[in-house]
Amino acid sequence: MPSYSFLVNGESRTATVDADTPLLWVLRDELQLVGTKFGCGIAQCGACTVHLDGVAVRSCSLPISAVGEQKVTTIEGLSEEGDHPVQVAWKEHDVPQCGYCQAGQIMTASALLAKNPNPTEEEIKSAMNGNICRCGTYLRIFDAVKAAAQSR
Amino acid sequence: MIKTTYNRRSFLKVSAATGGGMLLGFNWLAGCSTPAQADLAKALPSQWYPINAYLKIGDTGLVTIISPNPEIGQGVKTSMPMIVAEELDVEWKDVVVEQGNLDTGAFTRQVAGGSQSIRQSWDGLRTAGATARQMLLETAAARWGVAASACTVANGIITSPTGEKLGYGELAAEAATATIPEEVALKDPKDYTIIGKGKRNVDIPAIVTGKPLYGIDTQREGMVVAAMMRPPGFGQTLVSFDDSAARAVEGVIDVVRIGDKIAVIASSTWPAFKAKKLIQATWKSPELIHSSAYISAELSKLAQQRTDKPSRNDGDVDEAFAAADKILEREYEGPFLPHNCMEPMNFYADVRDDAVELHGPIQTPEGTRKDVAELLGRPESEISIGLTRMGGGFGRRLFSDFVIEAVEISREIKKPVKLVYTREDDMTAGVYRPAATYRIKAAIKEGQLSAYHISGAIVNLGLAVFPDRFPAGLISNYRVDNHNFESPVTFGYWRAPISNYLATADQMFQDELAKELGKDPIEFRLELLRNAKGKVVGEIEYDLDKSIRVMELVLEKSNWDKTEPGVKKGFSYYYSHNTHVAEVAHVRHDDGEPRVENVTCAIECGIVVNPMGAMQQAQGGVIDGLGHHLYGRLTLDAEGIPEQNNFHQFRLIRMKETPQVEVHFVPSTESPTGLGEPTLPPISGAVANAGMA
Ligand code: FES
Ligand code: FES
Repeated sequence: MPSYSFLVNGESRTATVDADTPLLWVLRDELQLVGTKFGCGIAQCGACTVHLDGVAVRSCSLPISAVGEQKVTTIEGLSEEGDHPVQVAWKEHDVPQCGYCQAGQIMTASALLAKNPNPTEEEIKSAMNGNICRCGTYLRIFDAVKAAAQSR
Repeated sequence: MIKTTYNRRSFLKVSAATGGGMLLGFNWLAGCSTPAQADLAKALPSQWYPINAYLKIGDTGLVTIISPNPEIGQGVKTSMPMIVAEELDVEWKDVVVEQGNLDTGAFTRQVAGGSQSIRQSWDGLRTAGATARQMLLETAAARWGVAASACTVANGIITSPTGEKLGYGELAAEAATATIPEEVALKDPKDYTIIGKGKRNVDIPAIVTGKPLYGIDTQREGMVVAAMMRPPGFGQTLVSFDDSAARAVEGVIDVVRIGDKIAVIASSTWPAFKAKKLIQATWKSPELIHSSAYISAELSKLAQQRTDKPSRNDGDVDEAFAAADKILEREYEGPFLPHNCMEPMNFYADVRDDAVELHGPIQTPEGTRKDVAELLGRPESEISIGLTRMGGGFGRRLFSDFVIEAVEISREIKKPVKLVYTREDDMTAGVYRPAATYRIKAAIKEGQLSAYHISGAIVNLGLAVFPDRFPAGLISNYRVDNHNFESPVTFGYWRAPISNYLATADQMFQDELAKELGKDPIEFRLELLRNAKGKVVGEIEYDLDKSIRVMELVLEKSNWDKTEPGVKKGFSYYYSHNTHVAEVAHVRHDDGEPRVENVTCAIECGIVVNPMGAMQQAQGGVIDGLGHHLYGRLTLDAEGIPEQNNFHQFRLIRMKETPQVEVHFVPSTESPTGLGEPTLPPISGAVANAGMA
């Protein structure tokens, strides 16, 4: 099996896996970074969202062989103390119910704000529309993204 | 006063292993959670003293409260400890919450289901806190040589008549061995300082930083991962299979047949998933295939019939129909629905000769342990179940089928295993909300409703219509028929089971009735309720006054009487899980596709323990129900195979379709009732009644 070395949360990590292994499963099973969640496996739900060079991507549909030199950031690496403005807003607004979708929601929201610090309501809705929450926490997600944007 | 005999065992000394103070390692805090871990008000204790099964107090005064029930996102891991803390009289910031494991000796009803966690544990939790408080108080009083009744308690500190002070931490060692009081006083709700104040979900810090909280995150020494292939169509059996391509996948350890299923065992998840797809299996269909078309036709036939034993039969509906000026009759059909918890089903099982260790997300640990004991022919005492936070439940994890599968695999391969479902497995493996069909018929005589007959047919669940729900008891001629249709399509309980369809059918029908009678939809229902006061026919589950209150409240808050250009309003009401709910949906019709803009919701659920969490449950129930009303439909093809297997084919509601949800709780000092489910059933009716089917 081939070996892949890549940057995750600022550290160089190596995994020996088949080339078609999705980044999601490398993170979860090989590197024990289980904060990134499995929801659908077909890029439909957003539970597995991570940043690739700062851009939100669906790690369930990204083979490890395609990562290359790009830097991967997961929920564990978003901030050292859990104090990224989006995480702070999430706590403040008491967003999660079951919480399972929330790592993906937070990664999508933080990528949006990095690119567009002052999104309109429509832009927030468009960016967040790819992330499903079966518990229906959308109202609080929306409020938290808005608050995080304002706090920056 | 409340007697401590309420499940007294949980107040007795904790077993020798944990009794008398215990030392905890440094990583202890990682397994716990607290409103703000970073700024814990009190230092970490070096000794913990268990006072009873629900709580232990550290020598620094920090308190650990054990939350007994499974957490599926309904918020009990926050609200249950709040109730204990209230009666214990400590500050919430000095509380650390720990998830309890299955312990039938100490706790009652460790189930997440039926919206009953708070309602059924209300007395037990309050008593646990009050008992501990009493033991601490008596310990302090004895030290001072004064009467306990002369001391005061606030925020974990006891003050003597002369002003001396002792903190719980200083008393815990002694209090842990004190006599358990026979009776304790409970607080008056008006003195509450924690209950009724919004508290954030205790697991939030761990959730937003991606800590391993869920069953799917389980990793153990020597653990392998399994994926399971099941018959694709309901009722199919396995004839033969070729696993050569699957075995060639690197990381695959074994492929084993278990009954009509095939388990792929691998070193990690991806090779297991990948190899499963490469298995070539031949399946045999049953003689009679249950497709959606077949099931739906059968349900409709049944719903049109009468049973020999009606579930309710007040007065004489036949006579009333014969004498009617007008008869209204409609049929409503509800499809199968998968649960689609965001965390797919999974479980860890290690079946060894000495013990069976299980760990993962299950709403019914007690029943599950019984099932496993029976399967293995081993005593329950050898089986342990560790509970994890769950990525949604919605009723799916009331069923232990996936735990049984994990146990079967571990027994077969003699290794610790984590079974993980793919989304496709999760959506196609059954345990669905069963399809159901309702036929409702009403008679009108001289401008009044004179008879109501509701007949329901449901797949496998046995009960389609609750006989004592609104408007039963309000109409003198009232009949209910329940029909069951047996099918290989497995059924489950799905958030607000039965109510979720029944409310829709009933509430749509009642709007039609109101129209027929030329009455305002809310006024029509209010009139039925008001007129029945003092002359209710037979037994009813719901309360007339509470029903009236939520209807009046929603009428006021939704601006029901004001017209808004382009907007249609629809009303609906339902009683379920001991809670009364009325909703108004505001649907915009003028710009393209009709769209639900806003939902007004009025709820009577007794004392609201955690308003912050309660709001979440109420809003979530409305949004979830709306999404399934608009898009949810699982169909079975001519082979009995589900036609939707992932989110590209089964649509869930997303942010863009989410309306504003305005929630109003009726103030109350009565014991709390259910809240995880009751806002869901009315929403479909409200939306449909606003002209959006
Ligand atoms: S798991 Fe990747 S989008 Fe759903
Ligand atoms: S919080 Fe449960 S799926 Fe989003």
